[in-house]
Formats: sequence, C-alpha cells, structure tokens
Amino acid sequence: MRRMLSAVAKPFSETTGLARWMLVAGVLITAVFLIAAIFAPWLAPYGFAQSSAHGVEFPKVGHPSSAHPFGTDRLFFDVLSRVIWGARTALEVVILSILFCVVLGVPLGLLSGFYGGPLDRVLVLIMDALYAFPPLLLAIVVSFLLTDVYGGSVIAVSISLTVVYIPQYFRVVRNTTLSAKEATYIEAARAIGARDIRIMRKYLFGNVVHSVPVLGTLNAADAILTLAGLGFLGLGIQSTAAAEWGHDVSRALADAGSGVWWTGLYPGLAIVLLVTGLTLVGEGLNETLNPTLRRRRLLAVVMPPRDRTPVQEVQR
Amino acid sequence: MSRAGSGSLPRYILQRVLLVIPMIWVILTLVFFILRVAPGDPVSAALGGKISPQALEQRRQALGFNRPLIAQYWDYLSSVAHLDFGTTFSDNQPVLRVITDNGGATLYLTVAAFVLALVVGIPLGLIAGRYRDSAPDVVFRLFGILTYAAPVFFVGFLLQFYVAEPLGLPTSGDASPITIFEVPTKTHILLVDALLSGNGAAVQDVLKHLVLPATTLGLLICGVFIRLVRVNMLQTMQADYVEAAEARGLTAGKVTWRHGFRNALVPVITVVGLQFALLLSGAILTEETFNWPGIGQKLLYYINNRDYGAVQGIVTFFALAVVLISLLIDIVNALIDPRVRY
Repeated sequence: MRRMLSAVAKPFSETTGLARWMLVAGVLITAVFLIAAIFAPWLAPYGFAQSSAHGVEFPKVGHPSSAHPFGTDRLFFDVLSRVIWGARTALEVVILSILFCVVLGVPLGLLSGFYGGPLDRVLVLIMDALYAFPPLLLAIVVSFLLTDVYGGSVIAVSISLTVVYIPQYFRVVRNTTLSAKEATYIEAARAIGARDIRIMRKYLFGNVVHSVPVLGTLNAADAILTLAGLGFLGLGIQSTAAAEWGHDVSRALADAGSGVWWTGLYPGLAIVLLVTGLTLVGEGLNETLNPTLRRRRLLAVVMPPRDRTPVQEVQR
Repeated sequence: MSRAGSGSLPRYILQRVLLVIPMIWVILTLVFFILRVAPGDPVSAALGGKISPQALEQRRQALGFNRPLIAQYWDYLSSVAHLDFGTTFSDNQPVLRVITDNGGATLYLTVAAFVLALVVGIPLGLIAGRYRDSAPDVVFRLFGILTYAAPVFFVGFLLQFYVAEPLGLPTSGDASPITIFEVPTKTHILLVDALLSGNGAAVQDVLKHLVLPATTLGLLICGVFIRLVRVNMLQTMQADYVEAAEARGLTAGKVTWRHGFRNALVPVITVVGLQFALLLSGAILTEETFNWPGIGQKLLYYINNRDYGAVQGIVTFFALAVVLISLLIDIVNALIDPRVRY
C-alpha cells in the first residue's frame, strides 16, 4: 500500500516549479469532471433531454436565468444539465473504448510479439495501415458503417474510437512482449515445461500490461476531441440518446448569427477545460517520466557533522 | 566501401519507395473490405426509393455488384492503379471529378492555415524552449495547450460570434456569389483563379472569406508546433555541443541562434509531415463549421446520402495522399539529415 502510494505521488514529489503546478492543475480539473460524470443525476438540475419540469415548459433558446443558469437551447433543453450530463457521456465513451482497446489490443499484441512469423507480419501491417489513416477520417468511416447497426449510440461511437486507437495499444504491447520474451524468467518457465498459453498469461501479461494505463491517459484527451468532432458532424451520439458536447455546439452554430451565445459557449468550454486538464496531466507525467526532459527536484542533503580531528592536525 | 553503399541517397529512396507499395496495397485492401463487409446493399442504400427496381438492378449490374467479391476487389485495385477512384452512386459522377472540383478549396485553405501555424508556432515554441519556466514559457505553453484543446468548431463558433460580427467578416462559403460568377474557373483553386483574372475586388473578397477559416485551422496546428518546437529546443539546449559552445566562451545569443535554434528545427520537418493527418481532420471540421465548399464537406454530403461509392473513392484518395506525403517527407528528411539514411 505504501509503495503504491509513493508510486502515485512520485510525479508530484519529484517535480518542481511549473511542471508540478501544471500537473496539479490538470489533476484538479480532471477530478472536477470525474465528479460531474459520476454524480450527474444528483448534480444536474434536470435530465439531459428534459424540456419541462413540474408541468412548466422550458423556454425555447431562453436567456440564462435563475431557473436555467446557462439558459436553454432550441430543443427546450437546459444547457447546464446537458453540460453536466455530457461529462458522463465523455467518461462512458472513453472508458468503453479503452476497454475495447485493451480486450482486443493486448491479446493481439501478446500473440503477435510472442509467436512472430506470418501472423505478426499481417497484424503489424493491418495496424500500421490503420495508424496511417487520419484519425477523424477513420472514425467517420467506421461510424458511417455502423449507422444502420448501432447508429447514434454510445456503443457505436466507442467502437469508432476503438478502431482509431487500437494500433497504439497493439504496438506497445507487441514491442514490450518482444523484449520481455527474451528474459531469463521466460526461459526458466519454458525449462520447467510451461505451455505457451501459460507463459503468456502468467509471465508475460503482468509485465506487459503496465504501459496500458499511461497510454490510456495520454489518449483520453485526444479521444474526447474525436468524440466531439464526430458529434459535431452529426455522426456521433444523437441529442435524445445522451448529452454530447460536440453535437450541442453544432446545433448552437446556427444561433451564433442571432446573438445567442450560451448554447455554444458552455458545452464548448467544457470540452476545452477537460481536454486541457487531461493534457496537463499527460504533459506533467511526460516531464517527470521522460528522462530527456526530466528535471528532478534537488532533495536536501544532510551532511554528517564535521569532526575536526586528524586531517587538520596533520596539515598543521 | 559497404558503408558508403548502404548510406547512399538513391538507395535509401529506392528502399522507401519499395516499402510504400505493400503499405498502399494493405491500405487499399482495408478500405475495400471495411466498406464491403457493411451490412445491406450499397446501391439500394444510396438510391433506394428514388428509382424503379429494374433501374436499380441495372445500376447494380453496371457497377459490378453482381460479380464475385474477388473480381470486384481486383477491379478496384486495377482502377485505383489507373487513378480511377470509381463513380458516385447517388449522382453518378466520377469521384476524381468530385475531388478536382472541390479539392482546390481544401488545398488553399490548408496551405493558408499551415503557413499561419508555422509563422506563429515556431517562434513561440523556440522562445518557450529557450527560456524554460519563464513567464513567456508559461504563457506560450498554455496557449499551445489551449489551441490544441479547443475543438476547431468551437474556435470557429467563438470567431463567428466575437470577431466576424464586429469586423464584418463573412462566416460562410469561400466567396460571395458575384465573385464566383465573375471569376472564370481555370485551376479550381479559387484564390489562384481570382489572382489570374486580375479582378482586385474578387481577390479581396476571396481573402476576406479565407481569414476566419484559415485562422481557425491554423490555431489548431499552431498549438502542436509550439509544443514540439519547445521540446526540441529543450533537448537541443542540453546537448553536448551547446555546452561545448558555451565553454568556448560564445555569447548566450550566439549559442542560442547558431547552435540551439537551427538544430532544434531539423526534427520539425518530420513532424510537419505527420501533421498532415491532423490537418486533414481539422479541415473536415473547419469546412463544416464555415460551410467551406471543400472535399471534406463533400465527403459529409455523400455520407449523409449513404453513397458508398463516393465514400470509398474519397477515402481511397485521402489514404493514398497520406502515404505518399509521408514518403515525400522521409525523402526530404534524408536529404537534409544524413543520419536518417543509415
């Protein structure tokens, strides 16, 4: 437990100045959104697709007021509620797509790195091809294909993001497997007669999987932008299925000409803040973990009390 | 002897070109099968309900959808090899025509954005990296993160709301109708056409329409430049040769300029190539935000019409462009930096 705590605290305790402040700010911002996502039903004044309360219809594109601090949009929805519920949608999509990436990418990377040969070559080629694609374009194509199946749902968008990010997970796991399988403990495991499956499950998996959380954090910011981009283009989640910031901004764009700012400003700011928070965390981690950039804080060195005996007397 | 041979430039280029061919093949295969495994019939998806069943069957015949999959696959590969990207299903046009008609608008939008990003991003990144942890570093880095974090369409929304109205800048399209009517189409790049026509008012109109979209897209890439140049600069300033230059007693300014900046910029060229994918993603969003008549908006139009033929053709074109540009960047890189060739 202590070791885990000190490992978590390492980026904080070993950085100084700016890097540390950026990391702290990033963690705080991300935490706020996490809380909003988890407690959305209690924090949000209304539902994300609710257009009336207590028998009173909400105003259409209503100016911010005490009943609706962020105003209402042209579908009569409360903007504040949609911003809060949007955090939950973002969290759901990011977690689902990371889960898909891990469930598919890690085993594929393990197999590919462990066995090598034609399987490895084919998988590497496919993943490289996916990686070469512009991410948004790939996400657009996948959600275009999924419209008839899961159109406009959280699942569909998560699958689109999975296709975009899976090559990275595959690559990291494959490359770590490649170097890990040469280690002595694998040779020892083989010598005592362990089968391939067992070696991969018991010996390799644990040593290979630790890079996944870092990758997940780094990709989360990008994933949220892709999610919002899909939503903006109308290929993401539909307004009534869940609250999604990108789609809300796209509906607000029509209002910009008529002097309505609140429908676009708040969901947009939510995206900017969350992505900034996640990026700050990522950059902060990078500056502490990447040895070419790292500048460790100089810890105070306690010198033993100086004893003034033999040397000085000899000198005299 | 053998060292000189393996490091020679023509040999390196040949190697890279040969490696690109299987890559293109894999990408094309992927595009073909991803778009064909989709459930349902693409032809009726695009045209269903619009024409009679007989006509639908005829179109299906004409497009080769009744033939075995492997024959269709072969057709696809060989036509792409002849730079034929197929025809659209919904309005029966060659995809290549669609690309040349709309690609020009995307091209000059992205070039303008790119230039803007370079001009703003590189100096800011260099300064931030040189004076680490100083006030400019903090400000420029935050600016860099914010421009990356702000989605293109949100920046577009803010510009439309807070900049366009006070300055009277247009927020939709690439020119006013009168300009489009007056300027003869020669290159399909409106800005070039306007310049060629010598019509001053038209040029001004086109530039006015360009300002906001190019700024929006430029800001996105500029953030990436700031971050990358800064990190490069940090690493360069820690290099041994910089220390050696300082030890020889060169002034701080000279060290920064001659030893720091120059070397920090070399890796940027690689990165410039990698930004092409980001630029393309950003262009699609920018075009949608500003109603810019480019290829990205056309792609969305066809997606909404469920036109598999058009989507397949345009995606194929983009995929080829990405691979070829990365090849080009690799070659340029090898020309500049001899270490790459080994």
